[in-house]
Amino acid sequence: MAHGTGNPRRTGIAVFVALLLLTAVTVLVSYVDLGLWNVVVALLIASAKASLVALFFMHLKGESRLVWGFALFPIVFLSLILIGTLADTMLR
Amino acid sequence: MTGIGQPETEGNGRGYLAERGWRSWAFTLDHKRVGAMYLWTTIFFFLVGGVFALLLRLELLSPQAKYFGNHAYNVFFTLHGSMMIFLFIIPAIPSGLGNFFIPLQLGARDVAFPRLNIASYWVFAAGFLVVIGSLVAPMDTGWTFYTPYSAKSAAAVTTLSLGIFLLGMSSILTGLNFIVTIHKLRAPGMTWHRMPLFLWSMYATSIIQVIATPVVGVTFLLLAAERVFGVGFFDPSKGGDPVLFQHFFWFYSHPVVYVMILPAMGIVSEVIPVFSRKPIFGYKAIAYSSMAIALGGFLVWGHHMFTSGMSPLANAIFSLMTFFVAVPTAVKVFNWTATLYRGSITFEAPMLYALTFIFLFIVGGLTGPFLGALATNVQLHDTYFVVAHFHYTMMGGTVMGFFAGLHYWFPKMTGRMLNEKVARAAWALIFVGFNVTFFTMFIVGVRGMPRRYAEYLPKFQLENVISTAGSAVLALGILVMCWNLLQGLRKGAPASANPWRALSLEWRAASPPATENFDEVPVVTEWPYGYGTPKA
Amino acid sequence: MSGHTDEHADPAVAFEAAKLGVWTFLATEVLLFGALFTAYTVFRMKYPEMFRVEHAKLDRVLGAANTVVLITSSLMVVLGVDAIKRGKARLLEAYFGATIFLASVFLCVKYIEWTKEFHHGNFPGTNLFFSLYFMLTGLHGIHVLFGMGVLSYVIVLSRRGRLSEAWYTPAEMSGLYWHFVDLVWIYLFPLLYLVG
Repeated sequence: MAHGTGNPRRTGIAVFVALLLLTAVTVLVSYVDLGLWNVVVALLIASAKASLVALFFMHLKGESRLVWGFALFPIVFLSLILIGTLADTMLR
Repeated sequence: MTGIGQPETEGNGRGYLAERGWRSWAFTLDHKRVGAMYLWTTIFFFLVGGVFALLLRLELLSPQAKYFGNHAYNVFFTLHGSMMIFLFIIPAIPSGLGNFFIPLQLGARDVAFPRLNIASYWVFAAGFLVVIGSLVAPMDTGWTFYTPYSAKSAAAVTTLSLGIFLLGMSSILTGLNFIVTIHKLRAPGMTWHRMPLFLWSMYATSIIQVIATPVVGVTFLLLAAERVFGVGFFDPSKGGDPVLFQHFFWFYSHPVVYVMILPAMGIVSEVIPVFSRKPIFGYKAIAYSSMAIALGGFLVWGHHMFTSGMSPLANAIFSLMTFFVAVPTAVKVFNWTATLYRGSITFEAPMLYALTFIFLFIVGGLTGPFLGALATNVQLHDTYFVVAHFHYTMMGGTVMGFFAGLHYWFPKMTGRMLNEKVARAAWALIFVGFNVTFFTMFIVGVRGMPRRYAEYLPKFQLENVISTAGSAVLALGILVMCWNLLQGLRKGAPASANPWRALSLEWRAASPPATENFDEVPVVTEWPYGYGTPKA
Repeated sequence: MSGHTDEHADPAVAFEAAKLGVWTFLATEVLLFGALFTAYTVFRMKYPEMFRVEHAKLDRVLGAANTVVLITSSLMVVLGVDAIKRGKARLLEAYFGATIFLASVFLCVKYIEWTKEFHHGNFPGTNLFFSLYFMLTGLHGIHVLFGMGVLSYVIVLSRRGRLSEAWYTPAEMSGLYWHFVDLVWIYLFPLLYLVG
């Protein structure tokens, strides 16, 4: 399961440092008023962090297409319930 | 669960039933025993739920609420609905027959996670115990638990919510187990396109269970939190939105009607070719339509909410989507019909029920678009037309499919044959009773009789009396069927391994199957529907 | 969670089955939190002003500290799983023990935060923002607790000498689950503390 190249410990620590940096960035940005962009930036950074965790810590990077499928398809349904509900509540 | 299926006579104590004592059941890791425990439990709740249905029909003999009164009537239809849905129709085929036959049809030794399997039965048991516990202050909200009434009702909504949360958890664990089993434990040579169609439908079902159930789980948690902590998601006075409850509820509960119907469709797809001695027509179309139904079922939940004050755009989208989801269902019906065409059809009990499924499901299915269409829905919403529609699909569909499966697989599960004559008589009573009971509901529904009231206008009384008479015939038929099943269990003639000359793998195991299912791992070289060839 | 697959003849199949089982379970979890995220989106779009005012009442330094704690705990799990893959059971136990310790730090911080909120008169029923806050962090907290239980179970297995470089499925599977708990928090933190 040691997917990817190089030492898994070194990869782990590199990802860890990246996650810490991104956390610092998202906290700092939150003190600046960007209007609507605050949400966008926060969610983009969160998604970058989530992707790092999924790809390296959960080593999705080297997984089969089947596991990728099961990792991604709930997101499709999550967007479904979001879109369907918002189609009602935002336009009522 | 002791004593279930225990052989009465020496010589029949074979296979997976050989071991005795309650421990051998309660801690079993055998998927067949887990399946049998689910079957006994769910059939029990089917009968209890049926008694409530009869009480409802009794009250409706008179236009005034003169036998039980309004509150008792509300409690009865809530208990009828919740028991039938959560304790019978959702678990019966997947957890009962599915547990029993998925590994057998795959040529596997067991499900992927046997311990998780028995654990999910006990979570289910904990769930129904909590549900029964909620009877101290019985529910009167209807099985949909709509807020704001459910947030304020004096009934034990919180308890019931937690019970249903547990039932949902059990359903998720079972679905997860089946998904992994079907992916990872197929016998050598068992490609996806050589799988029996029951497995395809169970795979699609499991996907829905895993994806949709957590949403309703959270919904019930939020409902409980609203009652306990005053959380206001569904409370307009706190800025919440009662319609949000309906979104969450139907995001689960619409897909879940396909959890109810897909497994039954799988059984019909197994039974029809066996008893017409013809290869199934359109194998891939049926297989893929199962997946299409499972996925499409997630796009249409809003059609339950057309009169809830949803936005016009959402109404239009959900109405349109509803028409699309009718397509894969129709694909299945056409393929079954084409399978029957020029087949050597015989009318054993499983086949009678399977044909009944097709007939009643067409009636139930074709009345669906009337309800899915925005304009007619507003007229028919919450009338008896809806009641008739979903009883034609759920009882006429799923329950008939379940009965077909019970009769079809009875010899395999018990090692005994059923009395065919009694089985057919019971079928006839059920068929007549069902149609008399529910077809009249279409008529009073179109004429505007609203559902969920103990009282109604006197002009509907004739139809209601007819319907109640029909329900008595239906109940009699079900009693005869149950009696026949019990008789078969006790003293049916011994069954051979393959009494129906069917080709799927479960019939290669003994009747009843041994604990390890197969003596040696079967190797699959072709699809299981090669009927009408010299081999079969 | 992952069940037991050691009764399968082929350990490779058992490992793959367990992995698929955990990912399927995580799919369920996504939708479990998904319903709450949907409620969050609906109400945030409906009442942006209320969310702006209310979210400022949370302590974003404590929230950020807890984020660091959870990320570190995830790294510990990564190192622990790597250790058992190299056959070092004692090292696995140390790393997983560190994870459990960090998890309890996380819960303590959470406890302090909740106490503060209660002290300021903010309860689950106070307004929709705090309803969401308490439901989301509460549900997440239950997952942290459950994860601590699972990780402890893995440590017990390892103490009994059941894990090795040849069979480390429970360590791997509990790790997947723990990373998911971390991943949920990665979204909860900005949504609740930073942008409200």
